[in-house]
Amino acid sequence: MKDKSHDPNQMTGAAMIVRALIDHGVQHLFGYPGGAVLPIYDEIFQQSEVEHILVRHEQGAGHAAEGYARSTGKPGVVLVTSGPGATNMVTALTDALMDSIPLVCITGQVPTHLIGNDAFQECDTVGITRPCTKHNWLVRNVNDLAKVLHEAFYVATSGRPGPVVVDVPKDVQFAVGTYHPPRKSDVHISYAPRVKGDASQIRKAVALLASAKRPVIYSGGGVINSGPEASKLLRDLVEFTGFPITSTLMGLGAYPASGKNWLGMLGMHGTYEANMTMHDCDVMLCVGARFDDRITGRTDAFSPGSKKIHIDIDPSSINKNIRVDVPIIGDCANVLGDLLQVFKAEAKRPDIKAWWQQIAQWRARNSLSYRKNNDIILPQYAIQRLFDLTRGKDTYITTEVGQHQMWAAQFYGFEEPHRWMTSGGLGTMGYGLPAAVGVQVAHPDSLVIDIAGDASVQMTIQEMSTAVQYELPIKIFILNNQYMGMVRQWQQLLHGNRLSHSYTEALPDFVKLAEAYGCVGLQVLKPADLDGAIKEMIAIKRPVLFDCRVAALENCFPMIPSGKAHNEMLLPEEATDDATATAFAGGKALV
Amino acid sequence: MNQPASAYFLEERHDPSESHTLSVLVQNEPGVLARVIGLFSGRGYNIESLTVSETESQKHLSRITIVTTGTPMVIEQIKHQLDRMIPVYRVVDMTLTGRSIERELAMVKVRGTGDHRVEALRLADAFRARVIDATTESFVFEITGNTAKINQFIDLMRPLGLVEVSRTGVAAIGRGPEGM
Repeated sequence: MKDKSHDPNQMTGAAMIVRALIDHGVQHLFGYPGGAVLPIYDEIFQQSEVEHILVRHEQGAGHAAEGYARSTGKPGVVLVTSGPGATNMVTALTDALMDSIPLVCITGQVPTHLIGNDAFQECDTVGITRPCTKHNWLVRNVNDLAKVLHEAFYVATSGRPGPVVVDVPKDVQFAVGTYHPPRKSDVHISYAPRVKGDASQIRKAVALLASAKRPVIYSGGGVINSGPEASKLLRDLVEFTGFPITSTLMGLGAYPASGKNWLGMLGMHGTYEANMTMHDCDVMLCVGARFDDRITGRTDAFSPGSKKIHIDIDPSSINKNIRVDVPIIGDCANVLGDLLQVFKAEAKRPDIKAWWQQIAQWRARNSLSYRKNNDIILPQYAIQRLFDLTRGKDTYITTEVGQHQMWAAQFYGFEEPHRWMTSGGLGTMGYGLPAAVGVQVAHPDSLVIDIAGDASVQMTIQEMSTAVQYELPIKIFILNNQYMGMVRQWQQLLHGNRLSHSYTEALPDFVKLAEAYGCVGLQVLKPADLDGAIKEMIAIKRPVLFDCRVAALENCFPMIPSGKAHNEMLLPEEATDDATATAFAGGKALV
Repeated sequence: MNQPASAYFLEERHDPSESHTLSVLVQNEPGVLARVIGLFSGRGYNIESLTVSETESQKHLSRITIVTTGTPMVIEQIKHQLDRMIPVYRVVDMTLTGRSIERELAMVKVRGTGDHRVEALRLADAFRARVIDATTESFVFEITGNTAKINQFIDLMRPLGLVEVSRTGVAAIGRGPEGM
């Protein structure tokens, strides 16, 4: 028998996990220890290549890894224990699945002989996480571990990215087996995402685009996921064609907000010009977006007169909500590259001057306008000032979920991809603070700001402690209106102004809270003090909690009321109580 | 269109529903059936019939046959959702190919004496059902055929003393020399 004692590939399961992380270039790992992962933590202790960031709650580890992944294009890696460690990850996994964020989550599990016995801290992790991961594995044999780990990284990062879970029982972590470095045969042969678009479909798309009189490009998070090349090609395409472009919440930054063809975000709280352009267009090019219900409004009245081209790497995104005429399955960068080449070689750019004149009229409605106020800080104004005062800096923005998120999307201009981290699909309150932690870990010298609401931020506020421990100078910019603003807005608009449990009677003193955690607390009450305080916040090289007291009852407009189409938007100046009551089906009077 | 106050767009779709038989070739690994079933329950798709067994043990391949109903858009979505699962090799819509044979097997227990017993036996013969168990007061018939034929046989047995039925669900295969 061959002596294996000196074979460097003979190691424990726990050592294999750390080795695999190193082999996949992982530099940072977010996690929380517990009984079922102690062997892995012991290995982490004895090496220095992978830095472990200790969070305060497993959900925070998940969102931090999401922020890390979204801002770098690399997979985020999480390590949590069995039972509650795994269940606390469910929200972050689902969030990553909905927004196509590559996460590799390693969970500890009770020893194999105890599985199914209701052992201490046991849960059916693969069962619970099956619907909220792209794929998951329970590894029962240490000799399968290397293959599974390598496959996990490949599945998470290839095709449409997403979260994966590898569940490793404690006895497998202790057991000694054979490790091998990543190799091609580690992947299921049944898994082969398509990246190159069909040439004849691309020709059809070019023919449609060249014949358009009223075209629009509608891009999404897929362009960001595809990498910087996709954003560059998208910009080239816009530049070459002169077409107007709008984007989903997830796609902000792929085309610069300062670009002359930029219409602003579309959808429920998108701009008037973006939604009208979508409604009245004759050819729509959808790149890496999925016709989500926040985007389409009423589907039977969605862009009724247009031919639709849809580029997506996931075939299940095609014809899911909206029927399209020319589907192209493939990676955005790959397909955009081919499309641009064919367009330049074989077709002429259409003349769309009249279309731009029409769009100029819609733009003139100035749908993001709000009345100025010298006494109270309006949340829109606060974001505008934050944007102006951080312009030109190396800035990353994360958000929580609610009104502040929509205002951030409307009023903060993104010039580059990977600069905007938000929970779009799942709408997870509490995402932004831990996501900012993850972004700052990846970009220690950049300015990382979590634009937050007073309600959302309290869901994961304990991660301030993580920021302090690792000297991560994140800025938590709270638009504090003392309400769950978006909930209240819907209650006002849809439920007869009965504000059921959307007001927080007992908010903490955020400044004292910041100090208690070892952060810096700032509070601003008046518009006149805002600029100075924001500058102070930027200058402080420590974590800052910024309590920006804003108008309590401000609502987020423009808005597509429920059951309405893109051309039935409610604009801010029209949003009087009467008009709002009529616009919303059900017509409940507002008090 | 008036809808109740909601942050979602409430729509009822009235496209006609179709029944489709899907053959799904999967890697036979732990949890693969749970993934497929979870997809159907999680996304609100129907399962009318589901049959699964390993078909090529050397390659660890299993074949799942699913009969489902939905609008054409939903059927298309089901196929894409199945196809993108990591352990799924292929999804073939047997109904769309129009060249498939569908069979199921049923075991039908009938209890009775006298004329009922004679009639049950006579009908079984007409349907080419075999007797696989008999007592002086009961039979178990084994019948194979398409779903409609088996339904018809069961309906006929009902007044003759039908006790219980065990069915395999539909298995399907394409006609001609090619495999899926």
